[in-house]
Amino acid sequence: METARPSLTMGPVYYLWDSAKWRDFHFRIADEAPFERVVIGETVCSKRQHFIEPHIAEVIERLENAGKTVLLSTLALVTLERESRLIRELARDSEYMVEANDLSALGLLNGKAHSVGPLINVYNSATARLLAGRGACRICLPPELPFSSVKRVIAETPGVDFEVFAFGRMPLAISARCAHARSKGKIKDSCQFVCSDDPDGLPVKTLDRQSFLALNGVQTISHTCQALLGELPDLAACGVSAIRISPQDCDMVAVASLYSAALDGAIGADEAVDKLRMLYPAAPLSNGFHHAREGAAWVARARDTAQAG
Amino acid sequence: MELICPAGTPATFREAVDAGADAVYCGFRDETNARNFPGLNFSRDELREAIAYARSKGTQTFVALNTFMRAGDEEIWYRAAADAVALGADALILADFGLMAHVAEHYADQRLHVSVQASASNVDAINFLVDAFNAKRVVLPRTLTIADIARIAPKIRCEIEVFVFGGLCVMAEGRCSLSSYATGKSPNMNGVCSPASHVRYRKEADELVSELGAYTINRFAAGEAAGYPTLCKGRFDIADERGYAFEDPVSLDVMGEIDALTAAGVSALKIEGRQRGKAYVAEVVSTLKKALSAKADDRPALLAHLRGLSEGQKTTSGAYEKRWR
Repeated sequence: METARPSLTMGPVYYLWDSAKWRDFHFRIADEAPFERVVIGETVCSKRQHFIEPHIAEVIERLENAGKTVLLSTLALVTLERESRLIRELARDSEYMVEANDLSALGLLNGKAHSVGPLINVYNSATARLLAGRGACRICLPPELPFSSVKRVIAETPGVDFEVFAFGRMPLAISARCAHARSKGKIKDSCQFVCSDDPDGLPVKTLDRQSFLALNGVQTISHTCQALLGELPDLAACGVSAIRISPQDCDMVAVASLYSAALDGAIGADEAVDKLRMLYPAAPLSNGFHHAREGAAWVARARDTAQAG
Repeated sequence: MELICPAGTPATFREAVDAGADAVYCGFRDETNARNFPGLNFSRDELREAIAYARSKGTQTFVALNTFMRAGDEEIWYRAAADAVALGADALILADFGLMAHVAEHYADQRLHVSVQASASNVDAINFLVDAFNAKRVVLPRTLTIADIARIAPKIRCEIEVFVFGGLCVMAEGRCSLSSYATGKSPNMNGVCSPASHVRYRKEADELVSELGAYTINRFAAGEAAGYPTLCKGRFDIADERGYAFEDPVSLDVMGEIDALTAAGVSALKIEGRQRGKAYVAEVVSTLKKALSAKADDRPALLAHLRGLSEGQKTTSGAYEKRWR
């Protein structure tokens, strides 16, 4: 099999950033970052929708003018009629490829070319092939998937472009309940958007002061930051078509450039890891899921990769 | 209204049947189901006997194959589905699309139920599974209010089953990898959450510390009842606040809402607890069965009796009540 260099995809911003920050962030990504495609749209909580809505058109325009392909993300947890309506409209009318993050979007996008986000449970090629038959042409595999499964799914599912979640705090869970609002003495329905106080997530520590998780509205994310850098050659070799970078509140242009250089072989893996730690010092790096270990684990390169592969 | 009851062992299965279950759900002794705990579940022979016993009493048997197939090992799940069908399961409870497609294709007459682990939480999601795999029933995720259920019921083309009693997932089921983040083992991939193999208790001065993998999940003062360290029911620090960040150590009990659930269009009520012993299951099943046929006024007394059996003796209506969010 020929090994093409994977491209870079930027995932949707999972956090609630204020409108101007969200817009300016995407403008800069459009102008400066080496992404081939960018996924935008509120994915975590429908209550936040109005923060980005006024800026979506101009962000899309800027991204497209910079030669980037735009995809629109759907909500991860859909329970209200208002939320269902949004997804129906998007599935029916969108000029841009839609990325499904729940089953309703998957159902509604049947027969249309679409993308499947990392919050959909694709654990095997039987599922990937079924989704491909319904129009999925890109699938970002769930962060929990070990490399052995990634390899297998890709090998057994021709005709689909696969992505792997290679940078960012990992989405671990989503709930009807908003733990973020509760932590500030509120509930979801009267939350006053307190999650916007924490643009990179609100740390959850154990009673022994171990950094453990972080809250992002109704989503629970890892404290650690997924970092697949030494693993990039293996991912490229098994046919991964794009590397997904999930935005954190740090210099994402520099992060994207670093991954791009690593994919080009212009920087060694150890040096890339050291640089990434400086670019995003807020969280320790992890790659445990990839190596079939606990997700929070960091497996050093080379000898361990061989064992865990 | 059907009452769907858990069984982790053949003995519990018989108790549930005898106590009046309309259907009993169970799984094979392996990773194909989401209660893959040591000492639990059924061999093929045990399931054959259980199904025969259930049949003789007019009770149905549902077999849960509700984990996600590991790439390369799909045969384990396919064989489990083939065996469950051959043994006469009245329904298979499935979560993985790939497995649903396989069952719909190879066993078109087999009744297929959508597991709570599939996370089908709205009309379009449920109708997708009905259209694609001929699903006959959906077990709704514990993310909906009773009003939400009433709103979606008339628009979906299958029956609705809901959890009413027992353990409570705080997170949308089937979409949680908190356990594997801490331990490498998850409900989706391994059929376990916060597995006992990774639990440790240690004494520190007067306190009992419970740990999961490398993480402290709770600390209990002397004399305080110490619960199992299920990750999302632990005590954590968020900024200056210390407490149960996701959920208190409570269990679900919405049996007080039977009439509202019936009016909402629910066809079946599900009791969680395949890991529970036979005495618990017998007590819960027989009491809830009585409550279903009792007059509304007589129900509270019946149900109060069950509260003593609940985890930590504290209960919640969970997401069925809007304020929980």
